[in-house]
Amino acid sequence: MGARDYIGSLFLKELIKGLALTGRHFFLRKLTQMFPEERTPLSPRFRALHALRRYPDGEERCIACKLCEAICPAMAITIEIGEREDGSRRTTRYDIDLNKCIFCGFCEEACPVDAIVESQVFDYHGEQRSDLYYTKKMLLAVGDRFKEQIDEAKAADAKYR
Amino acid sequence: MDAILQPLETFFGSAWPAVWALVKIIVVVAPLMGCVAYLTYFERKVIGAIQLRVGPNRVGPLGLLQPIADAVKLLFKEVIIPSGANKGLFVIGPILAIAPSLAAWAVIPLGDGLVVANINAGLLFVLAVTSIEVYGVIIAGWASNSKYAFLGAMRATAQMVSYEVSLGFALICVLLVSKSLNLTDIVTQQGQGMFAERGVGFLSWNWLPLLPMFVVYFVSGLAETNRAPFDVVEGESEIVAGHMVEYSGMAFALFFLAEYANMILVSTMTSILFLGGWLSPVGFLPDGFHWLALKTAFFLFVFLWVRATFPRFRYDHVMRLGWKVFVPITLVWVVVVAVWMMSPLSIWK
Repeated sequence: MGARDYIGSLFLKELIKGLALTGRHFFLRKLTQMFPEERTPLSPRFRALHALRRYPDGEERCIACKLCEAICPAMAITIEIGEREDGSRRTTRYDIDLNKCIFCGFCEEACPVDAIVESQVFDYHGEQRSDLYYTKKMLLAVGDRFKEQIDEAKAADAKYR
Repeated sequence: MDAILQPLETFFGSAWPAVWALVKIIVVVAPLMGCVAYLTYFERKVIGAIQLRVGPNRVGPLGLLQPIADAVKLLFKEVIIPSGANKGLFVIGPILAIAPSLAAWAVIPLGDGLVVANINAGLLFVLAVTSIEVYGVIIAGWASNSKYAFLGAMRATAQMVSYEVSLGFALICVLLVSKSLNLTDIVTQQGQGMFAERGVGFLSWNWLPLLPMFVVYFVSGLAETNRAPFDVVEGESEIVAGHMVEYSGMAFALFFLAEYANMILVSTMTSILFLGGWLSPVGFLPDGFHWLALKTAFFLFVFLWVRATFPRFRYDHVMRLGWKVFVPITLVWVVVVAVWMMSPLSIWK
């Protein structure tokens, strides 16, 4: 440490420099996003709450192939299969435990009919653990409710796949 | 005023002095607690602004009810006493921490004659009372029966004791030039001198002739109150929260209040000792409490500004600064001031 630095430190030179910098920032424009009112843009690939989709005629897409259940690394998906009155193979139970889910998106990748997808809805909550255990009915409801948003995101991402 | 007080005095009889003292205490402490609450709000706003955020803005207009919401939250939380803790001392700890920071206000003059107890050894009283603060911290740390709490308490004690030395020497310079330990006298003395007579009183205040002491006092004040960048006591990244780690609810809130009350105390003391207390900086504006409030607010802002700017000191650096930098500087400056006062160049005639 030279004499110059020594005198500089006695006169708090570096400290005053630092204070000047933060002092300038005090007056700069604030960058806070007012969350519920303002939202940051999300990538179409953003993965959040799951949804089960339907075909335009209202028929559910899922064919109960169980690929999502097989690939799920957290074993969050539980599927049971049954035959519907019209003889088609459908799930009688399709549950995703969001407490276990790690939102990796493998279920979506594995699905041959694009039935299970991850929507961009991230601000959902549960007041107890069982609230985050999503059943088939709830997942279909999510798909119906956010249909437009999901379709838009998937269309935007489709050309890169 | 007397017309109102006279019947009350006869009503209370011999209990009157105690009642009147209590009234004065409440008049000082109640607004002080309000200031402490809003200092937390101010801190979050200032640090937010420096970090390009807006700070709390949801509870009430501009987030102004945030401190009240925080207080209510803490009040309703459970005070957990760890099973291995020494129960009596565990409860006494936070009380011992906050009591001195409030008791010191007894001698702080808020204006000319506006003081609860105008005692002659005011400065000594403040020094003595704020030293008791260490007991609160070390008792809390020891009684918690937790290694983090104990480490935090050890650090706090060593740090507060070390910085009290330089703090004390800085005060010696002040009392050398003002020839008094009475805080009211210290302020009025600053209103005299060459510059004060020409209407630029702020150049007569102690900060200019005692500039190094002014800086040392404020930095030691930062260390005394365990504020950033000397907050190794809490050091949330290393020892969680130091002596406060086992406390919850209102017991924790007391430590929190004590820290902020101490910040206000140090800021006020700095304003009184070095920036002329309630004196007006220029001759054509009247003196008054508002000047003291303004100066204190400025120092509080600097407290927060510093917190938002500097990273935490490493513990050995804190000790190095205290013993190897501040103590020599203050020692030398005490001698310099003493010689200056005895020399013909003295400005304190």
